[in-house]
Amino acid sequence: MTASPPAPQEPLTPGRGTRLDPWYASYAERTHGMKASEIRALFSVANRPEVVSLAGGMPYLAGLPMEIVAEVTDRLLRERGAVALQYGSGQGDVALREQITTVMAEEGITSHPDDVVVTTGSQQALDLVTRIFVDPGDVVVAEAPSYVGALGVFRAYQADVVHVEMDDDGLVPEALEATLTRLAAEGRRVKLLYTVPNFHNPGGTTLSLERRPQVVEIARRHGVLVLEDNPYGLLGFDDLTENPVMPALHSYNPQGVVYLGSFSKTFAPGYRVGWALAPHAVRERLVLASESAILCPSNMSQMSIATYLSTCDWRGQVKSYREVYRERRDATLHALAEHMPHATWTRPAGGFYTWVTLPEGLDAQAMLPRAVTELVAYVPGTAFYADGTGHRYMRLSYCYPTPERIHEGVRRLANVVNAELDLVRMFGTGGAGTRLAGTLNPGPNQA
Amino acid sequence: MTTTHTDLDVLVLAGGLSHERDVSIRSGRRVADALRSAGMTAHVHDVDGDLLASLRQARPDVVWPILHGSTGEDGSVRDVLDLVGVPYVGTDAAGSRLSWSKPVAKTLLARAGASTPRFTTLPQTLFRELGTRGVLERVLDVLGLPLVVKPASGGSALGVTVVRDAAALPQAMVACFAYGEEALIEQYVDGVEVAVSVVDLGDGPRALPSVEIATDGAYDYDARYNPGRSEYFVPGRLDEAQERAAADLAVLAHRTLGLRHLSRTDMIVDGDGVAWLLDINVAPGMTETSLFPLAAEASPYGVEELYAAIVRRAAGR
Repeated sequence: MTASPPAPQEPLTPGRGTRLDPWYASYAERTHGMKASEIRALFSVANRPEVVSLAGGMPYLAGLPMEIVAEVTDRLLRERGAVALQYGSGQGDVALREQITTVMAEEGITSHPDDVVVTTGSQQALDLVTRIFVDPGDVVVAEAPSYVGALGVFRAYQADVVHVEMDDDGLVPEALEATLTRLAAEGRRVKLLYTVPNFHNPGGTTLSLERRPQVVEIARRHGVLVLEDNPYGLLGFDDLTENPVMPALHSYNPQGVVYLGSFSKTFAPGYRVGWALAPHAVRERLVLASESAILCPSNMSQMSIATYLSTCDWRGQVKSYREVYRERRDATLHALAEHMPHATWTRPAGGFYTWVTLPEGLDAQAMLPRAVTELVAYVPGTAFYADGTGHRYMRLSYCYPTPERIHEGVRRLANVVNAELDLVRMFGTGGAGTRLAGTLNPGPNQA
Repeated sequence: MTTTHTDLDVLVLAGGLSHERDVSIRSGRRVADALRSAGMTAHVHDVDGDLLASLRQARPDVVWPILHGSTGEDGSVRDVLDLVGVPYVGTDAAGSRLSWSKPVAKTLLARAGASTPRFTTLPQTLFRELGTRGVLERVLDVLGLPLVVKPASGGSALGVTVVRDAAALPQAMVACFAYGEEALIEQYVDGVEVAVSVVDLGDGPRALPSVEIATDGAYDYDARYNPGRSEYFVPGRLDEAQERAAADLAVLAHRTLGLRHLSRTDMIVDGDGVAWLLDINVAPGMTETSLFPLAAEASPYGVEELYAAIVRRAAGR
């Protein structure tokens, strides 16, 4: 006799209700915050071409030499297809790990390929580091605001995120010191300091040279591991001879920092290849955790990137990306200055984002439906705070639309802001009100 | 017995630029799947610059517009389908316009003898002219609390707030105006939330079994589209008189507004057995958690046969 699978709840029995999900009572507690939200639904409109989307952080892939990429892929499959399509090493392809050390050397990091773990995007590295360090209720300290994708991971592992103030020079060391001291006094276990020091997502700011050793030292003194997330580090807009690339936090204390890197912004996100550089013992656990999660990262993706790095002018490609994004950053800042005199914003020296502070009383989250009606989209500030604050802010991404579209988008946005300001003043509500339902998880193409 | 309908080619219109694009796409895919299972050919098409060319080229037998919000439900896309001269499922442009505007639909139904919560409709421009305080005070004096504030057009949960405290009314108005220029403020009626779907396959409008929605909290966006938050009872836990009152109201709405093929009427059935009209939908949601498919499944037809019968009716076959 064969065992039959459990029958799902009969959907429709007169007098008996159905929740349309027979497993409703079975889900783990950590998934209870995972819901589809109105915000996510609104973003589905943002993908239409009529909408100027200043929401998603999608790299400008039209700037990639697709013919060359196609040749690389073609050659790889013809010459080493049997390896590329096979399972690989849990830690990642050794040739690629060697090349990753060369890429990191551009940012002043001295590393050994043995200490690199290749992951499925740096998002998986974030997940693995959190998995091996964070128990439910542990504290993760992060900038205010912080990367939405990281907050999602911390939430999934039931961490308690405590935000620390940031200003135009990045994380404020005094605020970090005060926060860690307070948490220690409260008997809280702080496991990680999560930080994006370069061209912050979503803040657009960069941690100053002066503060870098201070932040690392404060974390060391409090016994907190630094999780340095650096996807945009090579995408600075300044003349590199005048303002060389900032040293990574890792370079100040390799034993106290796990560094995360990615090819998603410097090459292409579709490969889903990122990495973690970690102290020896941490690396061992990361490899074991990664093997239990995915067995191994994609050989096809890793070998494609390795071939690209060794046969193509990848530095030239990064330089060309820098120029494209600098032009778009300039277009954004010009358009903001022209159309949004009531708002303020950060001036990013690299990366994809500027962080806009709206006039007092406005709520960027409540305003989003009106913006979508006017065919412009952004990510409301609330997505980047674990504590439900951030209503007055919005993140604008300039990486994907052309400068002309950016200008048009900001012009539309200014109309939305003015209309909302009018309404809020009329009703005297000060924006402190109705929130759109659901956890603010904008989805992969908006993160 | 399952009939096959290989003769009919259906173009399902879904997507568009409305706030409910996501729901519309999910609805469209479900309907197309069901029609394919019934043996028809079905394609899903967005409402975009290619639509007219696609209609000319593909020459579908029937178009099924499953567009929620703005042009999808206000009649305009249906006007275009009339101009193109292609048969389509559902209500014509005129009937859509009447249903799309809640104040108009409620007024017409009230004149036809239906019960509907007392309401007022206030456009944003009016507040600019008269100020807010005096108007909102009058609203509170006349209608009392609790109130429901919602966009005057459309049928989704977007921009809807239940106001139980006078201080929360201005914020509810702002939230509503984020979605539209006109706000409908109506008295909150306590009772069972019920949706009754109506189909007309050529022999007059008939109500499908009622669907009762029991939610832990408001039946908001999250409760509507995340399985689990809401519990559905099909038919609703109503006594015979209540079930009849609910069905009568839905059929009355369908007839009064001149609706075609299918509709869904949302209502509250109170303790006295009175069915209170809230909203009428000419393009009801068809997602995996929507109410029309639940009613269809509990009907003698089942989902696939009912959808196929609706398409045949629209095609005149």
